[in-house]
Amino acid sequence: MELTCLSKGDGFHYPPCHMLNLSGFRILIDCPLDLLATTIFSPVPCDVGTEASAYPTPEEDDAQNPLQKKQKLEERQMTPDDLVCAEPWYKTVKALHLWEVSLIDIVLISNPMGLLGLPFLTQNPRFCAKIYMTEATAKIGQLMMEDLVSMHMEFRRLHGPPEDSSFPWWTKNLDGKDVPALLKNVVFGENGDDLGSWMRLYSLDDIKSCMKKVQSLKFAEEVCYNGTLIIKALSSGLDIGACNWLINGPNGSLSYVSDSIFVSHHAKSFDIDGLRGTDVMIYSGFSCLQTAEMTESDCISTISENNDGSLAASLLDNEESLEELEKLAFVCSCAAESADAGGSTLITITRVGIVLQLLELLSNSLESSSLKVPIFVISSVAEELLAYANTIPEWLCEQRQEKLISGEASFGHLKFIKDKKIHLFPAIHSPNLITSWQEPCIVFAPHWSLRLGPSVQLFQRWRGDPKSLLVLEDGGISSGLGLLPFRPISMKILQCSFLSGIRLQKLPALVSLLKPKIVLVPDVVNQRINLSSVKTKAILNYSENMTLSVARVVDNADVEIMAELATKLSWKKLRQRENFGIARLKGDLVMENGKQRLVSGLDQEESSGKARSLRHWGAVAPETLLDALMKMSIIGSIEHSRGENGAEDKSIIYITNPSGGMIETSEMGTTIITDDKTVASKIFQAIDGLLDGL
Amino acid sequence: MAIDCLVLGAGQEIGKSCVVVTINNKKIMFDCGMHMGCDDHNRYPDFSILSKSGDFDKTISCVIITHFHMDHVGALPYFTEVCGYNGPVYMSYPTKALSPLMLEDYRRIMVDRRGEEELFTSAHIATCMNKVIPLDLKQTIQVDQDLQIRAYYAGHVLGAVMVYAKVGDAAIVYTGDYNMTTDRHLGAAKIDRLQLDLLISESTYATTTRGSKYPREREFLQAVHKCVAGGGKALIPSFALGRAQELCMLLDDYWERMNIKVPIYFSSGLTIQANMYYKMLISWTSQNVKEKHVAHNPFDFKNVKDFDRSLIHAPGPCVLFATPGMLCAGFSLEVFKHWAPSPLNLVALPGYSVAGTVGHKLMSGKPTTVDLYNGTKVDVRCKIHQVAFSPHTDAKGIMDLTKFLSPKNVVLVHGEKPSMMSLKDKITSELDIPCFVPANGETVSVASTAFIKANASDMFLKSCSNPNFRFSNSSAQLRVTDQRTSDGVLVIEKSKKAKIVHQDEVSEALREEDHIVSLAYCCPVKVKGETDGVGLIKLLSKKISETVSYAEIHESETCLQVGSFKGSLCLKEECVHRRGISSCSEVKFLCCNWSVADLELGWEIINAMKQNL
Ligand SMILES: [Zn+2]
Ligand SMILES: [Zn+2]
Ligand SMILES: [Zn+2]
Repeated sequence: MELTCLSKGDGFHYPPCHMLNLSGFRILIDCPLDLLATTIFSPVPCDVGTEASAYPTPEEDDAQNPLQKKQKLEERQMTPDDLVCAEPWYKTVKALHLWEVSLIDIVLISNPMGLLGLPFLTQNPRFCAKIYMTEATAKIGQLMMEDLVSMHMEFRRLHGPPEDSSFPWWTKNLDGKDVPALLKNVVFGENGDDLGSWMRLYSLDDIKSCMKKVQSLKFAEEVCYNGTLIIKALSSGLDIGACNWLINGPNGSLSYVSDSIFVSHHAKSFDIDGLRGTDVMIYSGFSCLQTAEMTESDCISTISENNDGSLAASLLDNEESLEELEKLAFVCSCAAESADAGGSTLITITRVGIVLQLLELLSNSLESSSLKVPIFVISSVAEELLAYANTIPEWLCEQRQEKLISGEASFGHLKFIKDKKIHLFPAIHSPNLITSWQEPCIVFAPHWSLRLGPSVQLFQRWRGDPKSLLVLEDGGISSGLGLLPFRPISMKILQCSFLSGIRLQKLPALVSLLKPKIVLVPDVVNQRINLSSVKTKAILNYSENMTLSVARVVDNADVEIMAELATKLSWKKLRQRENFGIARLKGDLVMENGKQRLVSGLDQEESSGKARSLRHWGAVAPETLLDALMKMSIIGSIEHSRGENGAEDKSIIYITNPSGGMIETSEMGTTIITDDKTVASKIFQAIDGLLDGL
Repeated sequence: MAIDCLVLGAGQEIGKSCVVVTINNKKIMFDCGMHMGCDDHNRYPDFSILSKSGDFDKTISCVIITHFHMDHVGALPYFTEVCGYNGPVYMSYPTKALSPLMLEDYRRIMVDRRGEEELFTSAHIATCMNKVIPLDLKQTIQVDQDLQIRAYYAGHVLGAVMVYAKVGDAAIVYTGDYNMTTDRHLGAAKIDRLQLDLLISESTYATTTRGSKYPREREFLQAVHKCVAGGGKALIPSFALGRAQELCMLLDDYWERMNIKVPIYFSSGLTIQANMYYKMLISWTSQNVKEKHVAHNPFDFKNVKDFDRSLIHAPGPCVLFATPGMLCAGFSLEVFKHWAPSPLNLVALPGYSVAGTVGHKLMSGKPTTVDLYNGTKVDVRCKIHQVAFSPHTDAKGIMDLTKFLSPKNVVLVHGEKPSMMSLKDKITSELDIPCFVPANGETVSVASTAFIKANASDMFLKSCSNPNFRFSNSSAQLRVTDQRTSDGVLVIEKSKKAKIVHQDEVSEALREEDHIVSLAYCCPVKVKGETDGVGLIKLLSKKISETVSYAEIHESETCLQVGSFKGSLCLKEECVHRRGISSCSEVKFLCCNWSVADLELGWEIINAMKQNL
């Protein structure tokens, strides 16, 4: 097995991407987009963006000498004018472009985020891999891609037709000396070779043809690839439809565990049992690196003393999930506060599970308060997505399953939509939006990058209002270029960092519970936590853009022999070794359901004839041989010779009748010396009778 | 190893489906139904056959319910709450959601009808359903270390599944009720090509072959339309879930198209509630419904209203869906009592009616009076229409499924004996698959597949990766066999896992030294004129290749080698391997040695070399 980490990604929206070589098959795991990188683009092209240019740029003294000026440039604050004024391009995983697309056999998509870059791959006519993902990931991912395209088209509609050049022309002016390093870094990468990873967005047709190639999997369904690999998607708890992978093949079992959530209040929780005891586990949870967590050694050292039950309990405690609920409740209270003060709330979070829970919580809390604030959801796919969420009990947490089974909707938004408390609009210019619009209000609007979609206009509208609130997802948007074009901002900003993976300190307990024989951990993770207390055969480190080879864990591959066939083999008992039975094989070796199987072949009667033994064990006693030869009318006499100078003992039988010849026999072997073919055959027959053979 | 299939219910009959299959010591109960036509102890499967002591948790590994019909789930609360089975129970999400409605409805009817002692209470239903583990289509569930189950789409009713169960290498499928064609709201049954030792199939319509269902749908619609157009009342006795939704979709659609204003009623709020479930369980409906549901959910019926008891005697036409089906008790029977005497009215009976019910009496022949359960007689002057499309597969569907799955054995349940017998003959003769039709209480045993697991060595696997074709002429026909596995040797050592090794590794596996049996002969060859050793070998090699055409000869200096055959120029005056001829200038000797594996080859080479002697 070989693992190449193509990208360690960056949090929830940019999951890691790997290339795996397993049993001779090349497997790509996830194909995400780095959407944070789109923040290098201006949300409104410069000539149109009057608001952005109205913002006064920092004073610059023309009289300064060049050296001073250069220094100043490196330190200076970036201005919105530094952003690229062009139709956005999208940044894919760079290392993926180094692989020949036709050599990929399988693509596994773990969650909707991992799907966003796939149409770039499937556009390629040489792409011929089988794509697997869960039904929910396919559905939600497709909607997200369609939404992305629709937002992009809206951008194009507002800001003019695209440039024709296929090379990202907008990078032309970006290698100048006075371009801020931060910007250059995103565009060209740390090594300056990222340029090739920028792509023009795919079209709706590209999405359609991509999704046509997908084989979607039901919850915990097993599929067999090429008769060799059995692939199963197990819920990861990260979000609805998100999964970890279990792959069983002739060379053992492998689990792929990416960012997961043990106890979720919306999605089906992390399926621990299904991943136990694999030969190899690839741990790909990078999100734990985003938060500066301390690693307490005492919480790790206790692990070895715990049994599985308490290990599981420690992972499944609801402390984490309660924290998440508190965060959600806090967002609600902040929104209510703003509304109370007459301000609106703009929520740009697009994580499906978070949106569904927030909608439910907000509606409920508004209902029970005196505030009459409408909730708007503006997205081209909101209606379909919200309807879909109530029809997939298998991907939801138990409480929400229970709701459906007792006849209630899994998520509470349905009722509020019906009662016109929640309004759904496909776009900000939707005809009915104006009539039902009222402020203050609470709006859910993509895109979280603040470069596309209704979030741009709404943010521009409210950024100067200190009573209004912007709810952002944590993850670089506020620390990077995200807010730059909207400055100065008087609006309140609430940054939420929701749980988006396994906490670092829970990793040892998880590995101890899953008990893989070998576990592969990112080196950056291993540096942060002490895994020495974990009982596995080996912990290996992998790092971005390096290939790690793992030797086979199982010594020998298993072959299954049809019991019926086994009884038909010609079995030989051994004189010397009674515990053994041996038989020459026949039949066909086939690969079936990930197992090598020996099944009845066509050559049954053909090989069932008495075949001569070609291989022998044991020793020939010359006297016994002489007797046996006598019965065949072959007459001879024995002569023993002692081994001298370390040579071995040897006996020679001189054959006198019916023709001349001799037999030399020792511990090592027996040689028949004659020019008479018939006699030789007879002698062999006699010897064969005295030895164990096959 | 064997698979035992014990039929506790639905053996040569329809009703109280319950089959207990034992695969490699695991006992799985498929369905736990009740018989709607019986009201004595026969209504439940005879669970005492399973365990005399009543300790069902020890005997049964799990119970799997295929769908929410009473004849499949009706006895479950009794089995778990009264008999005390506490082990796992599996059913699909829709079945888990909808079964309690069906059970509660039925319980109420039974209590109303006879005021009889309850066999199980509402509380029983609730606690029973709490134990149910929901499953999704194709979800592979490991019930325990050895037992794996998986559900496949069965059509029939919302949430109906076929169940695949595997223990070790032995596997079976129990179909429950299924439909091989799509209907108004459900898709057709869908299953993977599986390797099965046994297929247990329903056979409600074991001899019927149905054509297109559209003419039958039209017949039904026309019958209802004619009735209401003539001012009559149409009664459709049906259970709350399943047929009701399908027929209602059909009528609602027809009403729209024909602009009919006659009200369609549902007798109980239950059906309205059920329609809401259908909306949420949309992923279990047909592709067609699924695709359209965001824009228009077909379970939002436009013309359907709730029925009120006072409307029984209201004037004017109407259509009424009333529970329960089969006119076996309750409200539908009460309405029937009032509406049956009028020739204007219509009773449309969807689906199968179990023997012993009023529905069954109406279907078999044209009775003018019918005895109700409490002894009262009713004059029947209304029209009777039997809905001729059904959510069960027809005989062709059963044959198609059996052919597709090609199991080693078939057991038929859930049917009527005579037609089951003729289907059995058909399966045996046309598909050449042994088929059984056990009665209740009988067990069918069939052999099960087993594989011996062996560790294979790399050398063997490598040798298998290249084809090893052998050509042979047997009975005047050229046969090609691929003997790539025949270099392999299966080694079994007592109390150890079997091993497969390459033949060159056998000795190692046996922990034995090889005893090499070989042949040797110092072969005289004729030399013409002055030829040195190297020249002689070249000459011989040429000669050998002329006679032994397939030989691959390697020469080096004064040696040559073909397979295991080695010959080298013998310079000894007296070689013990020589026979007869002694050395002279005309004759040189080649000392030869070859293993028994190349016995024939060796002699052929010797003959070739000796030819000119
Ligand atoms: Zn049924
Ligand atoms: Zn049935
Ligand atoms: Zn010699």
